[in-house]
Amino acid sequence: MTLAFLNLTWPTFANGLALGGVYALMAVGIGLVFGVLRLVNFAYGQLIMAGAFALAYGSQWGFPNWASILFCFGVVLGLSILMDWLVFRPLRTHSPAVMLVATFAVAFLLQNIALLAFGPLGKSAGSLAILNAPWDVGGVFIKKIAVISVATAAGCLVILQLLLTRTPLGLHMRAASMDFRTARLLGVRANRVISGAVIISGLFAAVSAVMLSVQELTVVPAFGTQDTILVLAGVVLGGLNRPVPATLGGFAIGFANGILGGVLPSNQSQYLPSFLFAAVIVVLLVRPDGLFTRARGSVERV
Amino acid sequence: MSVVRRIPELLVPAVLILGTALLGLEVSSYLQAYFLDTLVKVAIVVALYVFIGNSGVLSFGHISFVALGAWTAGVLTVPRDQKLAIMPGLSHFLVVHNVGNIASLALAAAVGGAFALVVGLPLMRLSGLAAGIATFGVLEITNNVLTYDQSIGPGLNAFSSVPSTTGIWQAAIAALISAAVAYLYQRTRFGRMLRATREDPAAAAAAGISIYRQRLLAFTVSGALAGLAGGIYVHLQPLQAGGLSLNLTFITLAMLVVGGSGSLLGAVVGALALNGLFSFFSAATNTVDVFGWNLTVPSGTAELALGLLMAIVLILRPSGLTGGRELSLPRRRAVADLEKARATT
Repeated sequence: MTLAFLNLTWPTFANGLALGGVYALMAVGIGLVFGVLRLVNFAYGQLIMAGAFALAYGSQWGFPNWASILFCFGVVLGLSILMDWLVFRPLRTHSPAVMLVATFAVAFLLQNIALLAFGPLGKSAGSLAILNAPWDVGGVFIKKIAVISVATAAGCLVILQLLLTRTPLGLHMRAASMDFRTARLLGVRANRVISGAVIISGLFAAVSAVMLSVQELTVVPAFGTQDTILVLAGVVLGGLNRPVPATLGGFAIGFANGILGGVLPSNQSQYLPSFLFAAVIVVLLVRPDGLFTRARGSVERV
Repeated sequence: MSVVRRIPELLVPAVLILGTALLGLEVSSYLQAYFLDTLVKVAIVVALYVFIGNSGVLSFGHISFVALGAWTAGVLTVPRDQKLAIMPGLSHFLVVHNVGNIASLALAAAVGGAFALVVGLPLMRLSGLAAGIATFGVLEITNNVLTYDQSIGPGLNAFSSVPSTTGIWQAAIAALISAAVAYLYQRTRFGRMLRATREDPAAAAAAGISIYRQRLLAFTVSGALAGLAGGIYVHLQPLQAGGLSLNLTFITLAMLVVGGSGSLLGAVVGALALNGLFSFFSAATNTVDVFGWNLTVPSGTAELALGLLMAIVLILRPSGLTGGRELSLPRRRAVADLEKARATT
């Protein structure tokens, strides 16, 4: 096979796609909120962590799978709405730096609550682990979760695209992310748009929590933090201001992460983050406005 | 502006630092550890302030300069006969070179500054979120290499056997040096030019200021101060240099923003307030005596209290405890009236 060069095998490729799919969802979740609030939500990883713990407890308490997934969605949505009410809204008019540091504080708080409540060792979301079993696709064994992740991510993105282009709420959200003040002047209701973005972003966090807790097995208080950092890098890499480039950026970094993880020889795989971030820095230097956006002067005209 | 009115700008932070040091000398050696830690945090936050406060650009990369400073001072002061026992893979150059306490601190500052300069040369062209993510990348790469490269240090293990030469005075002097450098820098024309770019980049550029050069200068200065802080940190307790990472980045950034990122006073006050609170609750896990009343809290309370306080201050007072202002003496009435009259005409 042509793919066999550099140790790249079909299962590795599939894992790359799967991680790329999940990261793309997270990228959309972060990008939507950024669009309407100009807020980079660093606590997004802690939403995913909370969802993953919900799943782990669900399986510990013997919930059927659908019930623990529902529980996970409930926890993540509740937490996102709470975060919106307590933190995002009061800070809406402040500078991006203050909002970013406020989400740091929230992330720090949630992570330490998890550390106190669930301990540092973590839990495993046992009942969904069967999805790690491989499927035989024409002689190649691919994990079920890889196929499911790619399919779910694609499905979610198509639904979101329809929502953004075919419904009034989507129109309002797009208008608000172009120019919030003008959109409000034209009758877009700010709170509804923000709630919409926060809820969709929370839904995507819950979906990502389900996928990641299967792929990464153990749920610890730091669960999702490293993923969020990578996704943030991917989102900025793609171009934060528009949903499609942001999604592509998230996908690209997830894909690169998955592939490199499988391809690098074991004595180099510990340097995986270095390779990824070196690539991110180089791309940012060449295209500071994003890889998938039309080139534009980065300095605003006065 | 008169020089006399400006005196509190450096004096108040200096008095706060000295007060912390003197208080630290009074308490038991068990509690003194918290004061030492607080002085190190002050040094780190002041280093952050030199760049972030004056330029208005967020950097997530400064802890990598702290880590590098800690590494430099650590690897050069582990006693020669113990080096290979602690760091079996250490390269020959690092095995044969050893320096003393002061020299190791100076080298830590030099390495921090040099690394900041090298990193800043390309990165200071970026701004906004791209700059933030790129500096984050620097942090990740530095941590990654320091944690896994066995030929330059102990890797996943802490730097044990580094002489613990950081006492209250060494920590206080380092914090004072940082504050003095920060003050002197912001008084120079370079500091003022950078502040002008913070307030209005377009107008500053139109006035002939190179945003890139001014940011690069501040980045280098603050990298050197961060390196120095790393040096005193590693002489305080055995550190795993690669472990100085996300958590320290968050906490020190939060200290700066909570104190008020626009002023030196804010940096010092933020570090003292948050680390003081954190230390209090950490000590309270083993019972502290509050005016004759014994207080014991479950472990983990310190982190929760810190997170809550950060969130609350940011929501209620987003420009920080000091509002980003320096302390200065009030103007004399006549001068103030005159200036007001001038401003209105």
